[in-house]
Amino acid sequence: MSAAEPAPSQTSAKPGHLGRSLPRFEDAALLTGRGRFLDDLPVGPATLQAAILRSPHAHARIVKLDVSAARALPGVAAVLTSAEVQALSAPLVVGVKAPMTCWPIATDRVRYVGEPVAVVVAADRYLAEDALEAIAIDYAPLPAVVDPERALAAEAPVLHEGLGGNLASDRSFRYGDPEAAFETAAHRIGITVRYPRNAVTPIETYGMVCEWDPGEDGYEVTANFQGPFSIHAVIARSLKVPGNRLRLKTPRDSGGSFGVKQGMFPVIVLMALAARLAGRPVKWIEDRLEHLTASVSATNRVVTLAAAVEADGKITALDWDQLEDVGAHLRAPEPATLYRMHGNLTGAYDIRNLAVRNRVVVTNKTPTGLNRGFGGPQVYFALERLVQKIAVTLGLDPVAVIRRNLIPAGAFPYRTASGGLYDSGDYQKALETALRDGGHAALVEKRDRVRAAGGLYGIGFATVVEPSVSNMGYVSTVMTAAERAKAGPKNGAQATATVALDPVGGVSVHVASVPQGQGHRTVLAQTVADSLGLEPAQIRVVAELDTARDAWSIASGNYASRFAAAVAGTAHLAAEQLKAKLARLAAAQLNVPAEALVFEGGRVCAADTPDNAIPFARLAATAHWAPGTIPEAAGQALRETVYWTPPQLTAPTPDDQVNSSLCHGFILDICGVAVERASGRVVIDRYVTMHDCGRVLHPGMVEGQIVGGFANAVGAALYEEYAYGPDGAFLAGSFADYLVPTVAEVPRPEILHVETPSPFTPLGAKGVGEGNCMSTPVAIANAVADALGVEDVILPLTPARVRALLDEPEPPAPAGTAPAAPPKRAGGRALAGTGSAGFAAPPQRIWDTLLDPATLEAIVPGCHKVEKLSETRFLAEVTLGVGPVKGRYSVEVALSDLVEPASVTLTASASGALGTGAGQGHVRLAATPEGGTRLDYDYEADVGGKVAAVGGRLLDGAARLVIGQFFAALGRQAGGGTKGGGATDGGATDGAGAAGPWTGLLGRLLRLLGIGS
Amino acid sequence: MKPARFDYQRAESAAEACEALAELGGDARVLAGGQSLVPMLNMRLAQPRLLVDISRIEALQKIERSGGRLLVGAGARQAALLSHDGLAEAAPLLAAALPWVGHAQTRARGTVCGSLAHADPSAELPTCLLALQGAVRLRSSRRHRELPAEAFLAGLMSTAREDDELVEAAAFPLRRAGEGQAFREFGRRHGDFAIVGAAAVVSAQRIRLAVGGVADRPMARDWPALEGSALDDALNAFAWELGARDDLHASARLRRDLVRALGREAIEEARRCRA
Amino acid sequence: MPRLSADRRTEVRFTLNGRPVAGLAEPRLLLSDFLRHVVGATGTHVGCEHGVCGACTVRIDGGLARSCLTLAVQVEGCTVETVEGLAPGPARLSVLQEAFRRHHALQCGFCTAGILMSLDTLLRDEPAADKARIEEVLGGHLCRCTGYGPIVSAALDAAERLSEDPGAGDAPEERDGDV
Ligand code: FES
Ligand code: FES
Repeated sequence: MSAAEPAPSQTSAKPGHLGRSLPRFEDAALLTGRGRFLDDLPVGPATLQAAILRSPHAHARIVKLDVSAARALPGVAAVLTSAEVQALSAPLVVGVKAPMTCWPIATDRVRYVGEPVAVVVAADRYLAEDALEAIAIDYAPLPAVVDPERALAAEAPVLHEGLGGNLASDRSFRYGDPEAAFETAAHRIGITVRYPRNAVTPIETYGMVCEWDPGEDGYEVTANFQGPFSIHAVIARSLKVPGNRLRLKTPRDSGGSFGVKQGMFPVIVLMALAARLAGRPVKWIEDRLEHLTASVSATNRVVTLAAAVEADGKITALDWDQLEDVGAHLRAPEPATLYRMHGNLTGAYDIRNLAVRNRVVVTNKTPTGLNRGFGGPQVYFALERLVQKIAVTLGLDPVAVIRRNLIPAGAFPYRTASGGLYDSGDYQKALETALRDGGHAALVEKRDRVRAAGGLYGIGFATVVEPSVSNMGYVSTVMTAAERAKAGPKNGAQATATVALDPVGGVSVHVASVPQGQGHRTVLAQTVADSLGLEPAQIRVVAELDTARDAWSIASGNYASRFAAAVAGTAHLAAEQLKAKLARLAAAQLNVPAEALVFEGGRVCAADTPDNAIPFARLAATAHWAPGTIPEAAGQALRETVYWTPPQLTAPTPDDQVNSSLCHGFILDICGVAVERASGRVVIDRYVTMHDCGRVLHPGMVEGQIVGGFANAVGAALYEEYAYGPDGAFLAGSFADYLVPTVAEVPRPEILHVETPSPFTPLGAKGVGEGNCMSTPVAIANAVADALGVEDVILPLTPARVRALLDEPEPPAPAGTAPAAPPKRAGGRALAGTGSAGFAAPPQRIWDTLLDPATLEAIVPGCHKVEKLSETRFLAEVTLGVGPVKGRYSVEVALSDLVEPASVTLTASASGALGTGAGQGHVRLAATPEGGTRLDYDYEADVGGKVAAVGGRLLDGAARLVIGQFFAALGRQAGGGTKGGGATDGGATDGAGAAGPWTGLLGRLLRLLGIGS
Repeated sequence: MKPARFDYQRAESAAEACEALAELGGDARVLAGGQSLVPMLNMRLAQPRLLVDISRIEALQKIERSGGRLLVGAGARQAALLSHDGLAEAAPLLAAALPWVGHAQTRARGTVCGSLAHADPSAELPTCLLALQGAVRLRSSRRHRELPAEAFLAGLMSTAREDDELVEAAAFPLRRAGEGQAFREFGRRHGDFAIVGAAAVVSAQRIRLAVGGVADRPMARDWPALEGSALDDALNAFAWELGARDDLHASARLRRDLVRALGREAIEEARRCRA
Repeated sequence: MPRLSADRRTEVRFTLNGRPVAGLAEPRLLLSDFLRHVVGATGTHVGCEHGVCGACTVRIDGGLARSCLTLAVQVEGCTVETVEGLAPGPARLSVLQEAFRRHHALQCGFCTAGILMSLDTLLRDEPAADKARIEEVLGGHLCRCTGYGPIVSAALDAAERLSEDPGAGDAPEERDGDV
């Protein structure tokens, strides 16, 4: 143990349980199916189940919403819509003072795919989902914007008119003298990076049971919510009740969160209101499609970062321009993702001059929130890509650039340019140890060897400072100093813990840390056992939180890696406080001074005369049974609750300096990757991760946090993306589309440690849970950039992207082969194609058939009716499907540019329970020498809703299938059939299967063919 | 994510199943292993009126060799085929491809015929059936018939099965003397649907290569015993003819690259196996 | 058998972890929901309901199955085993469960029930399963917490102990109170 470690107490000199990898007390129940997760908890027989109707559109006006048929269905108790929500509640508070209103449900319009539109409450979830299908809703689609840079353009669709655009916040900061530094530096080296959207989706989804008590006008909510409990105030305000009438409870077990289970609070408001409307408790278990589509996501961010650099690689200034995309609403606590790292924008480097511009933009995507790493991945992706680029640009070894810039070991506590106070560290020692023990030299040799043999191999580094224990005041940095002064100071990070004795000496601990699987109960038992000289198994830890009974604060919850540093430390303080009182009690009984007592082996004894002892249980009993014998000064000795907040977490200063976090761990990652040339697959060959997380309380759990975070980060680097189509369609709605790595994709990292305990926390520990989510994505990216010798790497590094980066010429198509389908244009429609068909019938005949509702009704597969709205507008009801997939759609088609019988433009939109479609097609007819017709077409379409979210892999094929089928039918109807194998599309022969077309495709079909006339 | 309502009938015999299909046609769906159908039910992408469960019909669970072919009944699970005695010698392509079909947990329930009937363009088993020039036996109350793979696999999740027909069995030709077979696949993660899957069957005189994951159904080409650049050219032409498209998981270019690369690897390995 | 009508509940009888159980189910009721909410065996978890995450994995007639891809009516007369049946006694853990605890092969424990069922089945069928086989079977599961490494270590450790002492991982005895 290091000398810098704070002495826990004078009487616990013996090595204790902390620091050892005890088996977890949580495990026996979890391993035998006796967990108590939200959906396992008993509920009363009156409890109803809810399902949410969600928007298939990224941006649309709600033209009509009729829930009467759904309400009338058997088993349905209530349907909640925005009307009830607006009548019974207030909008959710918005993080910055921006003129925008944020309801938990769409009011007049939807702004992202998955936004709640109505809630059905029924006897069971099956019935509730049945009722969703009975809700009649019409949307008028609006143009959507998904790209944060485009969202700033003058012509971009505006999400919240009050903002006058899509920019919700724009702040600039200046520390030191960045202009002068850039002016005098030998080089200005810059990089622009785009960090994508993803989230560490937990395997257990959101879940809650909500209840309303009309007698007390109070709500009771049990949810697998993770905190922070500052959100409790947001929920209570929205429900228009004082905080003491919102009782929020968490279950004992939670199936992971990683920040994500902060994002459920808007649904808590909805379900609480649904319970009120139904007059019965309402339970809601989110399904995976809902979770991926609309729970919460990390922010995507565009960063332009420049450094002033001396010839030797010394960085003298950084200039950050961060454009943060928070999705459709600025939900509390956003824009926290952007400001969480504000004190750490210089990373592990000693850089005194700093310029920052932070902009927050809204787009038609799911609103963002907490996610493991929270702001770190975005910041370090830019910073560490830049450090690598500096090395490449200046022809230096990346290690040399890192070494040249690291904060010196003697400089701690170190104040960063933007106000962060780094508690402790020895970055040089960590770096050199990592290089030596991590086998860096051998890795370089391997790279040289592989390259010499013609292979692709790269090495990447990431140097990261991992903040933990957030300052509750950091988000207020988004406000100007004047605004902050007006609003009042915000700071600190209250942690609480209670240690209590029962009459026979049992010790229980209560905390508000809301564990999500990390093993808090075990570590707390170790901590308190060490203080009281007991065995951990004797300590009972209760971690389910009940805001009506337990000690908590707005900082409570499971986030910002605050457990080991703050909560365990606070439990230690509470145990020590109780111990001090018990010591006085024992002192009176044993006749020795309290200072001379030792708590050990379940006894309290005099240090020098161990026989002079009293069993711990007896002492505890005295506190209960004979309180009169307790010395005056000790007061009660039954229960101690400690609130602890670190003095270092002060409010932002008038010049915008902020110590955004209390603790700062250090990570140095070294990554070796091989890239398979033929496939573009990235194979992580070796991964070394060096950590300094202060004092390690439980090595097994620390390792668990590191490898777990690493696996999440491998996902972010290579597999996972919350992908959106250009029209805002969500494309990653299933676990077959959102690719969470399996064991085959996650190598085992080699973990190294150095320990510099934090002087700011009671136990010397720092957070460790999020670091690899910050370091690993960029370490892998740097390695791939090194392997390929490229700069512009975009995550996730999919085989297709890597293959494109290789930029190798392709063997050309042999003569006679149809040209490749045009590659997708950025910003273009999701589906596009061209093709042609030949018919024996002449053009006029084809034209007439195409534009005649009656014949179309007959030939469009699954067509129920075609209604003529005007000469050029038609409405069709169609059931379409591919294989087992079938859905009913209404399709509106408008014809324009009619040149009979030669060409027509069709604009169509389709909507149904399974999805939506919109697009445009052009059809041209020409007579052939044999008297038949050649028809050429092209189309562009977007598909949204469920089919896009879960069926993206098959959509193109389905579109072609629909088109092929239609033309085959057209040929039959017009007489003479199709010629030459029917339609072709983009060069491939279309299938003419027996089944009808698939779902949302419909749109395309009709637009193409022109249901109409 | 809960299914819409449907009736359920556990058929005791193939005849009973066919009667039910004849009665409801396209509104009925056959439930065998459920590994493709039930996700679609849960997402309500499919809403049939009736599920006809054939998983307990013993007669349909057989895997047997007959007439130089391996006959796999409609109820036979993928795991049962994978552990079928002597599979690696009798049908090495299937032995190589089956581990790529989903995961152990889905193979334990999923059926061979179910995968063929589902006709996902990326699925391994249809690609193998096509490579081996196997066939599918269809049965209805009206008739029995057998369709070769080319005729059965009609397009994206589309087959030549009529609504009243049950896929009763699949017939995979046994490996002939002097024939080599090999399978290669590239997916984003192990167990995912193939971005490209390649099945090669090679004899002294000819090469047959089937590729899944690119066009709307698996496609095959037959070549004489090409070598070197002639084989490269043939593979390149095939790669282009498949009309690859971009999607969320891969680009058209990557798919063509993989057809060229995996096609060659599969052919070369099949040649080695032949030797 | 007679056709079951969509909106009628019928009684489904089966054996769960060695004990006969019965409950009412509509044809569309998923086995995962039936186990958890009708029978009350909440140890089996649900993470995706489309067959990918593996949390819901159970054993039906000795073979693995995703309970989210199985209808309750399909298990009529079958033998179903779930995580509640793995331990040899109320206060004891199986060799595999013990190994999970020793190796910190679980954090939140939500994915764990399914993973235990898969690995228990593997080690039952192949007590000497090697790392490759373990990884192949584990490949059918998603875990967000552990990064998988500790799970592989636990399974290897259990395999070693089981191949040394094949009786150690005996089939579950009769147990009280699970259902
Ligand atoms: S819940 Fe069944 S596999 Fe995910
Ligand atoms: S332990 Fe949490 S998902 Fe596996």
